[in-house]
Amino acid sequence: MSGSTKMGAGVIVIGAGVTGLSAAWWLARSGVDVLVLDKGVIGYEASSRNGGGASHYQSPLFHEEQRLWPLMDEMLGYSTEYRRERVVFATNAHHLENYRRTAVICRDLGYQVDDLDSQQVREFVSLAGDNVTGGIHLRFGGQANPQRTVQAYAWALQDLGGRILQHCPATKILSAGGRIAGVETPKGIFACDHLVVAAGPQAEALLAPVGVRLPLASARAEMIVTEPAPLMPVGGSDGNGLYGRQTLRGNLAYGGGPHEWLNVGPAGPAARPSTPLLRNLAKRVAELLPKAAHLRAIRSWAGVVENTPDGRPVIDRLDDPGNLTVATLSSVGFGLSPASGHAIRDLVIDGRCSFAEIDKLSIKRFAGLADDWREANGWVSTTDDQARRMMAA
Amino acid sequence: MNPRGFDPKAVAGKYPAPDRHVQVLVIGAGPAGIAAALAAALAGEQVLLIDENPVAAGLMGLDTPLYYGGRYTGAVQAKARMVEQVVGAKPDLEAAIEAGVEVELGVYAWGTWVPGETLAALPGPVAGLADDEKSWMVGFERLILATGARDVVFAFPGWDRPGVMGARGLAALIDTYDAFAGRRLAILGSGDLALATALHALEKGLEVAALIEIEETAQGSADLIAQVVRAGVPILTHTVPVCANGGLNGVERLTVRDLVRGAEQTFDCDTVVQAVAVTPVIELLDVLGAARAMQPALGGHAPVSPDGVATSLPAVTLAGDVAGIAAHPRDSVAYQQAWMRALIAAADGDVVVCQCEEVTRDALLAVRQPTYLGPPSPGMVRRPLAGLLEDGPVNQDQIKRLTRACMGVCQARRCREQVALTLACASNQAAADIPLAGYRAPVRPLPLSVLAAWDEARDMAGNWDVWFGIPGQWVPYADVGTDRQALHEGIFGGDMHL
Repeated sequence: MSGSTKMGAGVIVIGAGVTGLSAAWWLARSGVDVLVLDKGVIGYEASSRNGGGASHYQSPLFHEEQRLWPLMDEMLGYSTEYRRERVVFATNAHHLENYRRTAVICRDLGYQVDDLDSQQVREFVSLAGDNVTGGIHLRFGGQANPQRTVQAYAWALQDLGGRILQHCPATKILSAGGRIAGVETPKGIFACDHLVVAAGPQAEALLAPVGVRLPLASARAEMIVTEPAPLMPVGGSDGNGLYGRQTLRGNLAYGGGPHEWLNVGPAGPAARPSTPLLRNLAKRVAELLPKAAHLRAIRSWAGVVENTPDGRPVIDRLDDPGNLTVATLSSVGFGLSPASGHAIRDLVIDGRCSFAEIDKLSIKRFAGLADDWREANGWVSTTDDQARRMMAA
Repeated sequence: MNPRGFDPKAVAGKYPAPDRHVQVLVIGAGPAGIAAALAAALAGEQVLLIDENPVAAGLMGLDTPLYYGGRYTGAVQAKARMVEQVVGAKPDLEAAIEAGVEVELGVYAWGTWVPGETLAALPGPVAGLADDEKSWMVGFERLILATGARDVVFAFPGWDRPGVMGARGLAALIDTYDAFAGRRLAILGSGDLALATALHALEKGLEVAALIEIEETAQGSADLIAQVVRAGVPILTHTVPVCANGGLNGVERLTVRDLVRGAEQTFDCDTVVQAVAVTPVIELLDVLGAARAMQPALGGHAPVSPDGVATSLPAVTLAGDVAGIAAHPRDSVAYQQAWMRALIAAADGDVVVCQCEEVTRDALLAVRQPTYLGPPSPGMVRRPLAGLLEDGPVNQDQIKRLTRACMGVCQARRCREQVALTLACASNQAAADIPLAGYRAPVRPLPLSVLAAWDEARDMAGNWDVWFGIPGQWVPYADVGTDRQALHEGIFGGDMHL
């Protein structure tokens, strides 16, 4: 792509999802010769099928996430549709109590969060109804358009001379003399000095042959989209078991609810069907935003995302082989992508993250993990029959 | 504690039982659907036959499911009366009902699923149905898709005026609804579809001003051409539509241009029928995940079927036009592309291609961001379609995301095919090589309040989590591995919202 036929790069990134693309862009900003390989089209999987939220207080990358998002359109040179701030609001006392606790955590981290009464919620979220019990207003965070953002990363990377090869799956990681030597693909072998694996659900199977165990389980999560409504003062509003946003076009995009664990092979998810769960999503959106109940649902999405056993990311440059960096954001990658790419860049170039301590994201924490951890958690493809028998037991 | 090996937050075990169960569900009560339902009933099976006609007037305004072009009378507003009209228009229904087929009209099928590798948790095959008030689920053992074909339409100046419509939309308004509001037609195309449309209109007492054909010769079968010529209807070959003009009530005139001499002529008509091509309605088939492929001789993307009946899914079969439409010209997609090429050459690029999102042809080919994002950045301006083509084959889904063409409330019924054709023309590819922009449930644009599962099951509600329900996922990083970790997990579980 971009006219280049050179069969190698200083750094190869496997996976043109949002994490891989951001990492490649950060590396190219530092003048690194970088090549991204993807089995399909950029950002085609969960990277473009998510809620677009950018308010991840639980992450060590949180401060960098908050610092970077307001700058991203300018840094990338393309629109991400980033919109600042979020309102999280409740329609029952239990949820409100949880949200208020979250507000305390965020304030403790140094961020402004306002408690809202029901009338104030309706002022910010004009489609909310009389069932609101109260909420919180994050004066930070926000949301962006995932589809536009992955394309922005890709273009910004190309503008800096970085290369992306679409429809070029990595079939094997090649090692020699205790180091990573390159990547085998149907289009030939690509040599590299350093390899970044950000291959989402496929990362585990890719890494196993070189002796690296990255335990992952993958599942489908679903969202629905409505026709456009007039723009609300705050675009990101969550509650009632849903996460979501109003796009700048006005469409409401909301997700949440149960997932289905899938057995994902090396080629990636076989299909990403949305399911009858969309009726439950429709109900919950209509409850959260009663004044939107008349809006037509026009689409649904499903994305397949991977999780580590503890649900937290792995961002780690390995000791052995020393020229391999591994990243999975464990199902919460989009919003953190500006910061995760920066962290990966730091690990590849400097050997350590310059802006945050991320030792607890090391892959080493899974060293003693039992082989059957997925089965033990029930994080495997399960039929309705099997599930009902287990529930009855 | 959860039993070992069980994830209470996963969907397995939570899909509610369908509201009812039938042996055979037939979707679509056209002649093929009725015949299939009758045959199944005569074979002793319990059969439910549903059809979305009469469609709510609001959906007709969105050209769903057919391209009605606003050319219908007020009669379509009176739903109860329309039900009688639709029953009367389908005389075969009576025999099916007498044979024991249960028939429901005005019922939409917005999704169908069967358990499979990526949907193991689904208890059994199920269809999502709805009327204008509510939705419900019906389980089935066999599904017969008889969803027919729909219009492939093209943008040209004035195509968004009331009165520009599709051939199937016209047929529905004439035959099923008896609510067609036009008198004098101009028909685009000269293949079997256009010729049959002309003959049918004449039979119904309508006037046909002309058939317009961009190719040098009429494209349909010889006997149909002869019949149309005998009826005195001119077939203007090597001629391209330039503009449909009119006033508040829509189209009043169509101007066409002779492609050889360049001369233009205008004739009076209140309706322009786009009758170049129809394509199988594979929306539900695609949601099912059944195999489909571009098959130019069948009208476009069509089910993969050895015999026009079987699909790649054992529980699902086909009846009628959904399996594909074989007619003249044989390569329907090449013919569609020739039309697209001629229309692009004949008009400025400011013609709106996607009516819902107001995307012009120029904006589509420039991969221009929508206007609500403000003026494009300098980088964006340097990223037209040609740039994307350097990165890989045209991907309509990618273009959709960037320009919003095909992202509107009509669910791309008015623009899906022509956007693919336009991209093919601009990238010098055969339209048959452009991958399908996939279909998603709900395949009818229905209100949230209608689709909603208001009776959400207790297992579903009790275990609903905003994300995966992994307790450790939301513990603040500083507290991970400390005494405070358990405190967070205890308070929140996984149900977090940020």
